[in-house]
Amino acid sequence: MRSFTIIICLLLVAGTSDVSAQEVAPPSNLNVFDVENDKGEELRLTWTLSADDPNTETKEDVKEESANEPPATLNNPVVGYLIEVKSGNQKEFAEAGKVDAGVSEFKADDLERQEYSYRVKAIGADGSFSTATGISAATPVRQWVDRSKIYFGFFMLVVCGSVVYFIEAAKAGKQLKVRKIAGLEAIEEAVGRATEMGRDCLFIPGIQDINDIQTVAGLIVLNRVAELTAEYDAGLDVPTTRSLVMTVARETVDGAYTSAGRPDLYNPDNIYYVTDEQFGFVAAVTGKMVREKPAACFYMGAFYAESLIFAETANTVGAIQIAGTAMPSQLPFFVAACDYVLIGEEFFAASAYLSGEPQQLGSLKGQDVGKFIAGLFLIVGALLMTVSQFVHRGASGEKTGPLQDAISFMTESLLGT
Amino acid sequence: MLKRTVPLIIASIVGIVLILAKFSPPIQSWETEVVMWFDILAVFAFVLGAGNLNLNNLKKISERKAGWGYAAITLLAFWITLICGIGKLGVPPNEQYLGYAWSGSFEAEGSAFWWIFNYVYVPLASTMFATLAFYISSAAFRAFRANNVEASLLLLTALVVLVSQTSSGPMLSDLIPEESTWAIFKIDTIRGVLVNLFNTLGTRAVMIGIALGVVSTSLKVLMGVDQSYLGGD
Repeated sequence: MRSFTIIICLLLVAGTSDVSAQEVAPPSNLNVFDVENDKGEELRLTWTLSADDPNTETKEDVKEESANEPPATLNNPVVGYLIEVKSGNQKEFAEAGKVDAGVSEFKADDLERQEYSYRVKAIGADGSFSTATGISAATPVRQWVDRSKIYFGFFMLVVCGSVVYFIEAAKAGKQLKVRKIAGLEAIEEAVGRATEMGRDCLFIPGIQDINDIQTVAGLIVLNRVAELTAEYDAGLDVPTTRSLVMTVARETVDGAYTSAGRPDLYNPDNIYYVTDEQFGFVAAVTGKMVREKPAACFYMGAFYAESLIFAETANTVGAIQIAGTAMPSQLPFFVAACDYVLIGEEFFAASAYLSGEPQQLGSLKGQDVGKFIAGLFLIVGALLMTVSQFVHRGASGEKTGPLQDAISFMTESLLGT
Repeated sequence: MLKRTVPLIIASIVGIVLILAKFSPPIQSWETEVVMWFDILAVFAFVLGAGNLNLNNLKKISERKAGWGYAAITLLAFWITLICGIGKLGVPPNEQYLGYAWSGSFEAEGSAFWWIFNYVYVPLASTMFATLAFYISSAAFRAFRANNVEASLLLLTALVVLVSQTSSGPMLSDLIPEESTWAIFKIDTIRGVLVNLFNTLGTRAVMIGIALGVVSTSLKVLMGVDQSYLGGD
């Protein structure tokens, strides 16, 4: 009987100590916020980590303070947190998600616009849960305007507004002057040369689809080239990598031949689809260059690695070459291998320059306003960065103050970095 | 009307919606919808492209035009690849539906299409890409001829960048001590200035111009100021 009592007492003591070891401290200070600048489907939760979380700062502080003492071990360290949710019409909380230990925030998505109540529990290493935090609730709110992009929108409006303004001003009769662009002046010379030599002009509108603005810009130049080939009765060959580009290019060339008064010369077979594959297209076009030796080659659009292969092959057959692209990585290749190159904005200015229409020239003037604003920001930014180098750092070693605020505003709000 | 005005209205509406979608979270998903519509359109256009490829090449063969043999090879390759892909020749069945011979993917490993792609197309494409190495040399030879001051500067710059990229390049200026005031003339430092300063400055200037050009051209398309790419009515 005595030994039985001792066993019972021992079990009770063991049981008591076991329960105290598994008790996990709960997280606290749960806050639920609506996520800003979204379509009203997300909420953000933040909380203070459990005291038993190995990542809790207070534990680290204690460890640092008692550096000479052995670190305190947690009986049942937190391994994660369970987030529970209850929407307006639900009675019970359901699991919304889990996060690892040390994480004190959670983003709930795919929500409806109704009130959601949340609570968070810590999960112990033995799988037990702490008591829950207090309940916090919020309702996702839909924002029709992304306020983080207001600055970008403002500058876009200024640039677009100035383009529209100058187009309208040009329509009203305002005289605008555009500098000579050698590459565009040379188009007539190139087509004339092809006519004299009795050979074709080859026009490649890039290797991207019609949804790329460079392809559209390329087709606008094609319109002018086609008008000239129609006037001079020269051959025009337009291989394309995309079926849609082929279709639009046919319309463009058809229109150009009609406006030049030579619709009889238009042959849709000269504008054809080759393949979507980059190097398959390269093989077909360079083969054609070598066999048929075009007298003038035009590359207007988006190009990648094939740019130099085209340009060098055409160079070996003695063709005059004019290229225009907005791919900065391909510009050096075209500059090295072609006779004339339209660099970046010159390429986009081609349609206005070639048409000579006042409203189109107005768009170029509008671009200048954009360049002026960009230049202004460049100067202000460079000045701010230079001055900030001479500003003393604060006690924390980080630069603070209005100057730093201005730099942060420029880099984060204006540049969006 | 149908050939110019309707496409113009569609382009303007879609363009304006896409701009608004950038600034309004509730309609941001419309951008994806529009891209999906474009993909559907491109699929139908692909049939048009394939038809054009066949017609053009058949015409070349029948008229015995220069290079008609290549046209025959093109058609042969097109039809063999198409039949292998659509017919799923040699495609192992999907593990979930072993009873159905055609249940596997047309590009599954071991299929005829997979074989053509990996052992015919990829080596041919790589060969074409490899020719770029020779073309870079020939283009550089012409571009770097020191005919005038600008070309000489270009030659000098290219030489410094090229030499500094080689494994033994930096050794050329090893005699200059790191701590001395002459350290700025070490080949690595010069290359750093050329690549990080001058090159970045030039590229950014071009990029700003391109961005403004894109805005201007897009506006002209949206406003219908430039309709030349749409052809005649």
